[in-house]
Amino acid sequence: MSDRSDGPADADLPDDVDAPDTDDLEPEADDSDVEEAAKRVPRGVPLRVDGLRKEFGGITAVDGATFSVEQGSLTGLIGPNGAGKSTTFNCITGVHEPTDGTVHFRGQDITGDRPHSIANRGLVRTFQIARELDEMTVLENMMLAPGGQRGESITRSVLPGLRSEVVDQETELRESAWETLEFFEIDHLAEEYAGNLSGGQRKLLELARALMTEPDMMLLDEPFAGVNPTLEEKLLDRIHALREQEDLTFLLVEHDMDLIMENCEHVIVMHQGRVLDEGTPEEIKANEEVVEAYLGGEV
Amino acid sequence: MSADNGARSALDDARGILERVFAPDAVKVFAMFAGIWLLFIWFGTQLGYADHFIFALVRRVTFLSAVYALAVLALNIQWGYAGLFNIGVAGFMAVGAYSVAMLSGSPGGTPPGLGLPLPIGILGGVLAATAIGLVAALPALRLKADYLAIVTVAISEIIRLTFNSPAFADVTGGASGFDNLPTNPVRTLLLTEPGSIISEPTAIGQTIFSFTAEYGLQRLTVLNTVYTLGTLAVLLGVYLLLERAGKSPFGRVLKAIREDEVAARSLGKDTQNFKVRAFALGCGLMGLAGILWYAMGPRASVVPVNFRPPLTFYIFIALIIGGSGSNTGSILGGALFASLLFEAPPRVATIIGNRYEIAADPANLVQALAPIVEGELMPLAGFLLNNIDTLRFIGMGVLLVVLVQRRPEGLLGARKETASAVSLAEDTRPGTAPERTTAAADGGEVDE
Repeated sequence: MSDRSDGPADADLPDDVDAPDTDDLEPEADDSDVEEAAKRVPRGVPLRVDGLRKEFGGITAVDGATFSVEQGSLTGLIGPNGAGKSTTFNCITGVHEPTDGTVHFRGQDITGDRPHSIANRGLVRTFQIARELDEMTVLENMMLAPGGQRGESITRSVLPGLRSEVVDQETELRESAWETLEFFEIDHLAEEYAGNLSGGQRKLLELARALMTEPDMMLLDEPFAGVNPTLEEKLLDRIHALREQEDLTFLLVEHDMDLIMENCEHVIVMHQGRVLDEGTPEEIKANEEVVEAYLGGEV
Repeated sequence: MSADNGARSALDDARGILERVFAPDAVKVFAMFAGIWLLFIWFGTQLGYADHFIFALVRRVTFLSAVYALAVLALNIQWGYAGLFNIGVAGFMAVGAYSVAMLSGSPGGTPPGLGLPLPIGILGGVLAATAIGLVAALPALRLKADYLAIVTVAISEIIRLTFNSPAFADVTGGASGFDNLPTNPVRTLLLTEPGSIISEPTAIGQTIFSFTAEYGLQRLTVLNTVYTLGTLAVLLGVYLLLERAGKSPFGRVLKAIREDEVAARSLGKDTQNFKVRAFALGCGLMGLAGILWYAMGPRASVVPVNFRPPLTFYIFIALIIGGSGSNTGSILGGALFASLLFEAPPRVATIIGNRYEIAADPANLVQALAPIVEGELMPLAGFLLNNIDTLRFIGMGVLLVVLVQRRPEGLLGARKETASAVSLAEDTRPGTAPERTTAAADGGEVDE
C-alpha cells in the first residue's frame, strides 16, 4: 500500500529540485524541465537517503535504509529501541561516516561530509539530550548559531577599522535573536545561563538556537522527551507555525505514538536497521507487520 | 519621612557610585596593583630597606606580575576560552626566548647568534612558538582533550631536553644556557654604548637619568624600571587584543567549543579551524611572554632549567586564581600569584625572623612537631620559617585545592562574561527599552 505514496512521485522528480516556492510556480515564459517537474509534483524532496548502512565492528546498526523526506512536511521516524534511528540521524548529519549508501540534501551528495559543512548547507539537527551551552547565557547561545558571522575572524574582531562591521552585524543578530526568543516565549530567560534552565526550556532553546542558523530542514531527535504536556503543546505549535510560515521541513524521531500519528503527515518505520514501512499514519496503523514489530499489538 | 527618604537615597547614591567606580575592570586592576605596591613598600620599611631598595623591590614584583600576567593571558585564550588543555606553556615560552637569542644574539659570541635586528628576532620568536605549537597540536587537536594535554606536556619536555642536550650545545649552549643574549632594548634606547652601564647616556637617557638622580635611583634600577614599564605596555596591548578577540563571535565560538564541541559543530562551526587558530594565537603569545621574561630585561637568562614543567603549573594556578575565561581575571591572577604567593612569603619570613628571636632550627618535621606535646612551639615556628621557600609550594597546592572546591570560577567569576561585540543585557530587547526604564524606576522606589 505504501507503493502509492512514495514510489512514482519521487522517481519523477530530479534530485536537484530545490524547494519549489509558490513564486517558482508562477507561470513564466520558458518552462524548464525542472519547473515542469515542480508543477507535476507539488513538493520537492530535500532529503533523500539511499541504501544507508552503518556498521560498528560486527554490529550493523543501519542496514540499507532508504527513504526520502518531502519539502515542508513533518515526517516522523519511528521504530523500537535499537532500530537504528539515532544512527541514521548521525549518519545524515555527519557525526558518523556511513559504511555504505548515500545521503543527498537538496540535490547534492553530502555523504560523509563533516557536521559543520552539512549544517551550513541548511540541514540542522537537535539532540536527544539537549546540548545547551551551560556557561553561556540564553542570548549568547542564540547569537552563536547564525552562519557567516564576520567577527569569527580574529583580524576583523580585533582591528579598529574592521571592528565596526562586526558590531553592526552583531546588533542585527541580537535583534533577530530577541525575535526568535519571543517566538518561543523564552525571551524572559535571555540573560539566564543556559545551565540554569529546566529540561523543557532547554529543548525550546535548542530548537530556537537551531532556527537561528536559518535552516531549510531540521532533524529533531526526540524533541519532546522529558517535556511536560503544556510545553509539548507549545513546541508542536511552533513547529507547525514554522512549517507554514517558513516552509521548513522537519524530520523527527519520537517515541510517543499518539503524538506522531496526530501530527505527522508521513511516517517512516524502522526496524532492525531497515525501513519496514512508510506512509500516512493511517496506512502505518493498518500494517500488521509494523504493529507486530513495534506496537506490540496495542493498536 | 522625606528626610528619612533623603538620607536613604543619599546612601543608595553613595553605594551606587562605589559600585560604579569599582565595576570597570581597569579600576580593579589598578586597585590590585596599588594594593600590591603598598604591601611591598610596607615589607621594605619593615625590613629596614633604604628608599631606593624599596623602589627596586616594588619594581621587581611589578615586573614578575606583568610577565606572569602575560603568560596567563596567553593560556586563557586556549584553556579559559576554548578549553584546550595545554600543559606545555613552559616549552612554548622556551621556544620564544631561545629563538630571539639565536636570531638576534651577536654573531661573534658563544654560542653565535645571527645578529638580526631585535624586532625581527622578537617577531621570529613569536612565529617560532606559533609554528611549534601548530606542529605539536595539529594532530592532537583532532583527538580528545586528553591527548592534547599529553602531547603538549611531552613536546614541552622535548623542547627543554633538546636545548639542554650536549649534542646541540654549539647552537643552544647546552645545559649552561644561551649566554650570548641580544642587547636589552632599553639599554640601546638610553645608553650610547649599550654594553657599558657607565657609558654616556643618549638624549632620552640624559632626560630620564637626570630626573631619577634626584630620587637617588641607580642607573641599573632605572634601566630595569623602564623595561618593566615597557612590559606593562605590552601587557596592556595584549590584554586589549585578547579582550577584543574574546568579546566577539570568535570568542563566542571558542566558548561554545569549551562547553560542547559537538553542539558547536552541529550549528555549522568548523570547530577544528577555531581550535587551531586559538591554539596558535595562544602559543605565539606564550612565546612573547618567554621573550620579555627571559630573553632580555632584568631577569634575562636563557637556561633550560628556567623552562621546567613547574612553570606551566604556576601559570595554571595563576589562571585558576584569577578565573579562567576572563582576561581581566588573568591579569589579576598572574599578578596576585607572582606577588603574594611567590615573592611575599620569603619577605614575611624574614620580617618575622627579624622581629622575634627564633633560634630553633629542627632538622625535620618530626623534630619540629614532637616538642609541641611539651608546649614548645618554637621548633615548629623555626622549621616553618627556615623552610618557607619549600612550604610556599605546598601552600600553592592547598590553595589550588581550596579554590577549585570553593570558588572554581576564580576571583572574578568571569568564566561567565558574555562573549559578544555588543551588550546582551535585558535592556537590549528591541522596542522595549523605554518602557523598561520607567518600570525599573517604579520598582526601585517600592522595594527600597
